[in-house]
Amino acid sequence: MANEKVERWVLAGTDYVYPRTTNKILEAYLKAKGVAAEDIMINYTPFGHSDWQTIVSDIKKFGSAGKKTAVVSTINGDANVPFYKELANQGIAAEDIPVVAFSVGEEELAGLDTGPLVGHLAAWNYFQSVDTPENAAFIKTWRAFPKNDKRVTHDPMEAHVIGFNMWVKAVEKAGTTDPDAVIDAIIGVSVPNLSGGFSAMMPNHHITKPVLIGEVQENGQFDIVWSTPGLVVGDEWSDYLPESKDLIADWRAPMSCGNFNVATGKCGGA
Amino acid sequence: MRRLIATLVLIVLMIVPARADLQSAVDALGSAKMDALEAVIKTLAGEPGPVPATVLGALADGKLYVRKSDQKVVIVAEEAGGFALTDPVTGASAGTVAAGEVSKIRINNALRRAIKAAAGGSALASPDPAKRLEAAQAVLKSRDASALPAIDAALAQETDAKVKAALQLAQAAALLGSDRPDTEKIAAISTLAATGSRDVLPVLAGAAEGQGDVALAARTAISGIETSLAFWNMGQNIWFGISLGSVLLLAAVGLAITFGVMGVINMAHGELVMLGGYSTFVVQEVIRNHAPGLFDASLFIALPIAFLVAAMAGLVIERLVIRPLYGRPLETLLATWGVSLILQQTIRMIFGPTNREVGNPSWASGAFELGQLSITYNRLWLVIFSLIVFFALYAVLNKTWFGLQMRAVTQNRRMASAIGIKTPWIGALTFAVGSGIAGIAGVGLSQIDNVSPDLGQSYSIDSFMVVVFGGVGNIWGTLVAAMTLGIINKLLEPFAGAVLGKILVLVFIILFIQKRPRGLFALKGRFVEA
Repeated sequence: MANEKVERWVLAGTDYVYPRTTNKILEAYLKAKGVAAEDIMINYTPFGHSDWQTIVSDIKKFGSAGKKTAVVSTINGDANVPFYKELANQGIAAEDIPVVAFSVGEEELAGLDTGPLVGHLAAWNYFQSVDTPENAAFIKTWRAFPKNDKRVTHDPMEAHVIGFNMWVKAVEKAGTTDPDAVIDAIIGVSVPNLSGGFSAMMPNHHITKPVLIGEVQENGQFDIVWSTPGLVVGDEWSDYLPESKDLIADWRAPMSCGNFNVATGKCGGA
Repeated sequence: MRRLIATLVLIVLMIVPARADLQSAVDALGSAKMDALEAVIKTLAGEPGPVPATVLGALADGKLYVRKSDQKVVIVAEEAGGFALTDPVTGASAGTVAAGEVSKIRINNALRRAIKAAAGGSALASPDPAKRLEAAQAVLKSRDASALPAIDAALAQETDAKVKAALQLAQAAALLGSDRPDTEKIAAISTLAATGSRDVLPVLAGAAEGQGDVALAARTAISGIETSLAFWNMGQNIWFGISLGSVLLLAAVGLAITFGVMGVINMAHGELVMLGGYSTFVVQEVIRNHAPGLFDASLFIALPIAFLVAAMAGLVIERLVIRPLYGRPLETLLATWGVSLILQQTIRMIFGPTNREVGNPSWASGAFELGQLSITYNRLWLVIFSLIVFFALYAVLNKTWFGLQMRAVTQNRRMASAIGIKTPWIGALTFAVGSGIAGIAGVGLSQIDNVSPDLGQSYSIDSFMVVVFGGVGNIWGTLVAAMTLGIINKLLEPFAGAVLGKILVLVFIILFIQKRPRGLFALKGRFVEA
């Protein structure tokens, strides 16, 4: 994003809790970085929205103010297909207004004619195109399972691979499958992920992963164009929102609290 | 051996220094990191001859690779089992390799822009008018002052009117970024302002910063364009409304027969639309695999098939589920809802739960400009298509023998039976026609929506809304209601947002139905209770 020199941002999302929270944090973050309020446009749509004409033409209008514009999309699931179709039809190419999606993966692209989408971006912790031996082996075993060599792999699948392996290790460590014992044992467990590193469970019950940005290719795959140098620890409460910046989570005894307030010293939120 | 050849090549290259620069620029493409590539692209574009344009074109198309064994930059063409390599500088063949032995030179959006801007200069002299147009538009976007001499030269010998207009805009845009005198710049601003188009706003916004006559002129031009755009915007919203209305009409027109004319509450209507969508998918798959040349005709081939598939499904539903429940609306509602679930699950089991790709034929992709309205072809065709379907149905109902029997049966079943009409079969056929039209609607809707097992769900509700609002039993009402709801929705959306807009429309319908329970076009007289 830095080398694209984007100055105006459209935050478009489906109308439910995940996009609303993401956009709230993003807005606070962008403002902290000095983006003016009039350079941020926020838009919500219902689930399964299929008529994107008005919104896409609004984005087009918003992007014609002479400043580089990008769209951050938290549009969920099926609504993405007509959204991208409308973008392509109204002639918005990735070179003019790139769309960065937080919830579009290989599986969504499988139902789409990707030609006009080349260059649009997505942010995930894993892409099928990750070039590691672990990933190549995983793709091979996965395709053998449904006996379909066209099936794609995607980020939520990698999350399950990691999660399941972590649980196995934690069970081995705890010596039992009793959930409470496993929950205690799982902190600090570290398993290899498919992008060639190790993911570790942190005390806040988030794990470490690399962050990757991929560009859509003609074949429905992503080319990784940017990645964090190392692994990133999941942040449970955003530092950019005033009501959550004092909160931390730590599931180790004696704290065992998901929303501990360091300012007041109490568990139980702001 | 390879080293020997490389040395020989090197010696040859040293003898021809111009070619050596070119070669090193091309090689640099393979070795440079992504953030350094832009500078390499600029250097390369500055080299003379036809090679830079070929290389940059290959880079933009993702056909420029690096051979892993010796880091040589090559242009590839896909072949069975590997890639055929071409030396980008000499144009000679460099053998064939397996896919794993070369790696692609990756580019991002910033580089794509740089390539387009760099290619602008040479493409302006291309013999192909489409290429020249594209190059002119690239300059308009990049506002690159260094392209000015090339544009001036191209403009002097341009004959194609369309390209000439684009070149004039590009010239004006490049001029604003150059150090030409203010009077020329102000003239350029008035050239840009004359188009009144949104595309020139970024250029003008760039010139409007700061002080002086130029900035003042640019600001005046911007406010002038914005005023006229506000007017066009209204037109754009109405067009969006008509287009949404045509989607509603398409989804509802089949229901206008089964529910409106026959009085059967069919909750599986949306699923019949979905069947039409999947028929389109199957037809396109067959065409892709066996006769790719027919792809542009795929929708026309899909139309009768979708009609037959959905009509057969409708006929079966009518015979098995609806007939035994005639006159018991509540049970029909529940039973057809069950049918809708069965249909969804069947499709899920056959085709899987994910979306299926239905492509837009070339004549239904892209957009054109009408004044300042941007009209997308798929929407335009959908509007036309929905009107054709509507009037065809209207003609069948009112001008044919079958339509006459249909109306007779639905108006008074026993009297129709008494004068010798086979009422059970007419009932079944009517239902099949309504269902078939839902299938046809599916072909149209597959162009703008997902083809997934859930395709029909949202359309079921919307269709009932349209038919009830328009007045049950009157297909003119369906047309007017669909267009009204579409336009109201789209006029509300810019102010209220998509979510609230939809709620407001529902509230409006509820209030309207309270005032006029029979909808916009109520049937009067003796048919009311039929």
